[in-house]
Amino acid sequence: MRAFSLGGLGRVYLVLVLLFLYCPIIVMAVMSFNESQFYTLPVKWSFKWYGALAGNERILSAAANSVGIAVLTTLIASVLGTAASLAFFRYRFRGREVMQLLLFPPIAIPWLITGTAMLLFFFWIGIGRGLHAMLLGHVALALPYVIIVTSARLKAYDPDLELAARSMGAPPWMVFRRVTLPFLAPGFLAAALFAFAVSFDQFVISYFLSVPGTSTLPVEIYTAIRKGFTPEINAISTIVIGFSMALLLGVARFYKFGGERK
Amino acid sequence: MTSPAKGAPGQAGAILALTGPAYLWLTVAILLPLSAMFYFSFLSEAPLAGKTGEWTLANYRAFFEQGFYGTLMLRSLRLGAEVVFWCFVLGFPCALVLAKSVKGRWREALFLLVILPFWSNALVRIFSWTMMLRGNGILERAIDWVVPGRFRLDIMFTYEAVVIGLVHSYLPYMILTCYISLQAVQDDLIEAARSMGASRLTILRRILLPLSLPGILAGVVLIFVPVIGSFMEPRILGGRNGTFIGTVIEDQFTAVFNWPLGAALSFIMLGCVGVVFALSRLALGRRG
Repeated sequence: MRAFSLGGLGRVYLVLVLLFLYCPIIVMAVMSFNESQFYTLPVKWSFKWYGALAGNERILSAAANSVGIAVLTTLIASVLGTAASLAFFRYRFRGREVMQLLLFPPIAIPWLITGTAMLLFFFWIGIGRGLHAMLLGHVALALPYVIIVTSARLKAYDPDLELAARSMGAPPWMVFRRVTLPFLAPGFLAAALFAFAVSFDQFVISYFLSVPGTSTLPVEIYTAIRKGFTPEINAISTIVIGFSMALLLGVARFYKFGGERK
Repeated sequence: MTSPAKGAPGQAGAILALTGPAYLWLTVAILLPLSAMFYFSFLSEAPLAGKTGEWTLANYRAFFEQGFYGTLMLRSLRLGAEVVFWCFVLGFPCALVLAKSVKGRWREALFLLVILPFWSNALVRIFSWTMMLRGNGILERAIDWVVPGRFRLDIMFTYEAVVIGLVHSYLPYMILTCYISLQAVQDDLIEAARSMGASRLTILRRILLPLSLPGILAGVVLIFVPVIGSFMEPRILGGRNGTFIGTVIEDQFTAVFNWPLGAALSFIMLGCVGVVFALSRLALGRRG
């Protein structure tokens, strides 16, 4: 039963909003397969621009940097973040609320300010710019998300399950493998994917911390856009957005965005 | 081992070992940089390369003495308000349809489709609008196809282009937050109101809007703050018309290299956001 139905009008509206959201992305993707570099219509299908990418050293090295930083960010943020959320879950201690509150500035303050502050501070104390500085920044941005996501999963965890398994004679390793891990794994996996996405899609922080020559994919794309439009940017952008969306579908698989199924 | 222990021996050590690394990282990469920026904002020049800055309020004074910065700040606030407004107007009905009129598997699929762009690359999505808006771009050709003639859209590199791009970027936030709070409204409540003869408009005005207010406000905050600090979107879509407080701050760090001024402008920007929220909270509180 529908509580507040707007009938067919509602559906039409929904489709229009989806059109608004996807139209530019689809156009960009289609144009990346267009042979003409002046975006002429009708589209003459070709993989020319994807071929050109394969020979573009700058883009390729930036892509390698992006993936490398994202993988390292995922590993570090997952381990540190999970450890912190375990402490919040298991112990009640003074300063716990303050520490949880401290997770919000990195999310709530505009990246422009966080990014320029990092640039200023890292330069000042001698850390400088470059890939190591970007990694430092990316992990810091990913940490709050990891802690919040894993904490949410831990909150739903019922320790009595372990007790029940143990009382029926399961040895500790079996309790962990068959009860604890299967329950917590989706949360940890979702957190790891979040961390990867935060890093892989991060532009602002990387922009301020990159040095000419060594940057990440979004920074390289931005530089290329400012120089002028070419279908090559469309091609790499299409790959990036396809990859990000696939990643998000992965997150959604393990983490329910839309609330419980009814 | 699993139940929350209280005052167990060795607990302090365990807490420190578990939370220490994460919070040390956050301190070095977030808290100290922000503190350093605050310190720099009171210096006459950046204490780098052997120079020493002196304490001064000149950077903050510059904002109030040169009308230019104030104008840009207002322009950014207006941009934030407009983007929030359009996100609400477009997003709330969408969330309402999703939460109250679509059910089951369809709802799940549609919801996922709506938030799919939410985490995908923001830069690339802004770039994709250049395909639509540029002269002789897709939008212009589409209009030309419907209404043949010499109608020129000419919207690329304007204020409107920036608004369109930002609304596209942040609309999923509003749909998400409204959807979450609308989903929590009990269907029985709506049924009850209807059975007592309330019209749809009344249900919307007296039940759905007030009960989803927390979600709407969360969306407003989540959109307003980053829009005020945006610089990449205005640069790509606004061109020469894309000067806002965010782009001026970026310039101080990447082109002009007046870091203390950039730092001061950043904190003024944060202050303005804070004042706006304090005022709106006051206004909302008075109404209730």
